[in-house]
Amino acid sequence: MQDFKTTVVETDLLILGGGMAACGAAVEAAHWAKQNGLKVTMVDKAAVDRSGAVAMGLSAINQYVGLKDGQNTIEDYVDYVRNDLMGVTREDLVANIARHVDSSVHLFEKWGLPIWKDENGGYVHEGRWQLMINGESYKVVVAEAAKNAIGPENIYERVFITGPLMDGDRCAGAYGFSVRENTFYVFKSKATLVAMGGAVHVFKPRSSGEGQGRAWYPPWNAGASAYFTLKAGAEMTCQEVRFIPVRFKDAYGPVGAWFLLFKSRATSALGGEYMQERRPELDNWVPYGHVKPVPANLRNYLMMLDVMEGKGPIYMRTEEAIKKLAEAAPDEKTYKKKMKELESEAWEDFLDMTISQAILWAGTNTAPEEKSSEIAAAEPYFIGSHSGASGAWVSGPEDLAPPEYFWGYEGMSTVKGLFCAGDASGASSHKFSSGSHAEGRIAGKAAIRYIVKESPALLAISDENVESLKAETYRPLALFAEQSAATTQKDVNPAYIRPKMFMLRLQKIMDEYAGGVTAQFTTSKPMLDKGLELLAFLKEDAEKLGAEDLHELMRCWENVHRMYQAEAHVRTVLFREETRWPGYYFRADYPKMDEENWHCFVNCRLDPTTEAWEMTKRPILHLFRSATQAAGN
Amino acid sequence: MPSFVNPEKCDGCKALDKTACQHICPNDLMVLDKDAMKAYNREPEMCWECYNCVKICPTQAIDVRGYADFVPMGASVVPMRSTDAIMWTVKFRNGQIKRFKFPIRTTPEGQAQPAGGFAGAPDLDGPTLFTEPDSLGLNAVWMKR
Ligand SMILES: Cc1cc2nc3c(=O)[nH]c(=O)nc-3n(C[C@H](O)[C@H](O)[C@H](O)COP(=O)(O)OP(=O)(O)OC[C@H]3O[C@@H](n4cnc5c(N)ncnc54)[C@H](O)[C@@H]3O)c2cc1C
Ligand code: SF4
Ligand code: SF4
Repeated sequence: MQDFKTTVVETDLLILGGGMAACGAAVEAAHWAKQNGLKVTMVDKAAVDRSGAVAMGLSAINQYVGLKDGQNTIEDYVDYVRNDLMGVTREDLVANIARHVDSSVHLFEKWGLPIWKDENGGYVHEGRWQLMINGESYKVVVAEAAKNAIGPENIYERVFITGPLMDGDRCAGAYGFSVRENTFYVFKSKATLVAMGGAVHVFKPRSSGEGQGRAWYPPWNAGASAYFTLKAGAEMTCQEVRFIPVRFKDAYGPVGAWFLLFKSRATSALGGEYMQERRPELDNWVPYGHVKPVPANLRNYLMMLDVMEGKGPIYMRTEEAIKKLAEAAPDEKTYKKKMKELESEAWEDFLDMTISQAILWAGTNTAPEEKSSEIAAAEPYFIGSHSGASGAWVSGPEDLAPPEYFWGYEGMSTVKGLFCAGDASGASSHKFSSGSHAEGRIAGKAAIRYIVKESPALLAISDENVESLKAETYRPLALFAEQSAATTQKDVNPAYIRPKMFMLRLQKIMDEYAGGVTAQFTTSKPMLDKGLELLAFLKEDAEKLGAEDLHELMRCWENVHRMYQAEAHVRTVLFREETRWPGYYFRADYPKMDEENWHCFVNCRLDPTTEAWEMTKRPILHLFRSATQAAGN
Repeated sequence: MPSFVNPEKCDGCKALDKTACQHICPNDLMVLDKDAMKAYNREPEMCWECYNCVKICPTQAIDVRGYADFVPMGASVVPMRSTDAIMWTVKFRNGQIKRFKFPIRTTPEGQAQPAGGFAGAPDLDGPTLFTEPDSLGLNAVWMKR
């Protein structure tokens, strides 16, 4: 095996990841760091210009409250999120993001993001909270401000973060490796902010060949946030709240513009509208079944019931929606103009964020004004910033959080010096791109305050400890180098498992036992127990991962990260003995929601030394009265 | 094969130590075959078709072919990205062509100022972020009564 040199980087605030939350953290922290003579460092596995879930671009900003124009109130947003998550939400966190999110959006506009304007100069809304943008360069623009704030010399790209460095019960930095050079990195910091996104490919995707990469969630976010926070010993929350989006089938193109902007209906193949026909089913999920809009998971569930009854394919009635809009036009000329506009809007929705959908429509000669397009539920993902909620259990802000939710610094996990934002922090969903940026800013400022107030010392790590972390990190390379000549085909070798097969094994376990696509999102205690038994073998075999080169080494560690996300999920689904989000997963042995026993958070913690898991219930404290009186108790 | 490279057009980024496509791919897929001095996608089944390599290639050598396991053949979607706009050419399987042009940014490249021109002089304590309350368009950050 080649030689790997070690580079030690000392900094004050270490930001892990370069996505929306990390860029928000960088912009904000840079200001306070400068005032206090501190250094901020950012590390991303990719190029910050085009990394994370916004790498391709987006066609909408999904969280804008509109406080300055009095469009909505903070209470409105909290109410919306609480209901959509079936009552399980940290209201202090959601309110904190909501009061700052408009600020991030106004900055995006100044930095150069084109936001659609109406004739009066106001933002064009897609829905109540969503703004339409020309978002091809959304990430480029947001990254540019972050880079200009902390300086390119403080950004490490193509460095994959493997795990945390601990100083007793305090997080003191991170270690990882370059995927380009033979360099092992040790980052020592006074505070560490995790923003490495959510996780995909934990569950088997619907596609089996080339199309595996076309998950709705980008294949490069692989559970690093969950692994890092778990391995630091942080308490995690909502690990059961995965997200399954309903999108155009196979290419997973967005449906938001069709539903919200074009007012399209979705129907079964027989023409029935499941949202109408299955309305009585919503009574089984009260109070949340009766709120408006109907929570995303319940909308999914009504559709899934049609599918399970054999009424598929399910169609987005694009031709009908277009016809209706056209009929509303007073004359032929207005009609033609309107049609052209609509067509361009519909295609931009795809071209700005899911180009594959444009290829699929072109490849199937799909003219939306002529025929309907199929929609379907994708596979489960972990994305706490969207409509899922998984992430670390973090402190709320002093002025909003009750004592149970407050331990000094907003965004700090239960581990000292370890801050989390975006997909990395839990129980505060529906923050999306803008809210993740705002949350990054909140946590970035709090982290600098932590450094100033507590002045933690930099970790004194022995050479011996560095060597052992390094050996562990590069073990898959060493194993492959030692063993690969023992067979004539390097993929098949009794001494090691390559990361691709390891990933497929994980996906098969999760798909079949933890309620993936082929299990119709349904599971039960016996199934989950069996899944845990198989995950335990997988965990042992993780020691035998083999990698041919640095790229494959990254794949090895991505899959170890996914495996920990998987176990946290399985254990939490097992612990919560009810079904609360039937359109995300269904516990066949507890098919009903149980408000009396399970109106609570389920948190878990891994003891990093013994690898033992601890499950706990935490109370849901209502800070805001519900406008619909739905979720109050 | 999601993204693919036309060997006639790829010049290996003129042997610079880092090729453009390799630099930008968020999933570390594009690599340079040093013997042929041509780039290729090493793991097509992990490609998101994000088009970042396509948009950045200086010789327009990269294109995308829809995922073979579910997209019928014959279509193409090709971007041309300038400093302020992107132009898309969508070719259908049946030969029909559609063109779309969208703006991508309103400021000159590289110029994004962190504070966005907003004034703010808050304290390290308290919830006010460094551009606030100016950047909110309000007199103060919202506080619970
Ligand atoms: C398909 C899709 C469509 C969406 N549409 C919209 C929309 O229209 N509007 C909207 O507002 N929001 C939308 N969202 C949500 C939005 O993208 C996310 O909420 C937001 O990106 C979350 O920010 P984040 O910083 O937590 O994660 P990301 O922005 O994903 O950033 C994660 C970062 O971590 C880095 N990273 C990962 N692992 C490692 C590692 N091991 N070492 C180092 N770095 C690592 C990545 O490279 C990346 O830089 C969409 C999301 C998806 C997936
Ligand atoms: S960016 Fe284009 S020219 Fe450069 S190596 Fe890649 S494919 Fe070849
Ligand atoms: S399309 Fe995106 S994911 Fe695929 S190779 Fe190009 S940059 Fe990488």
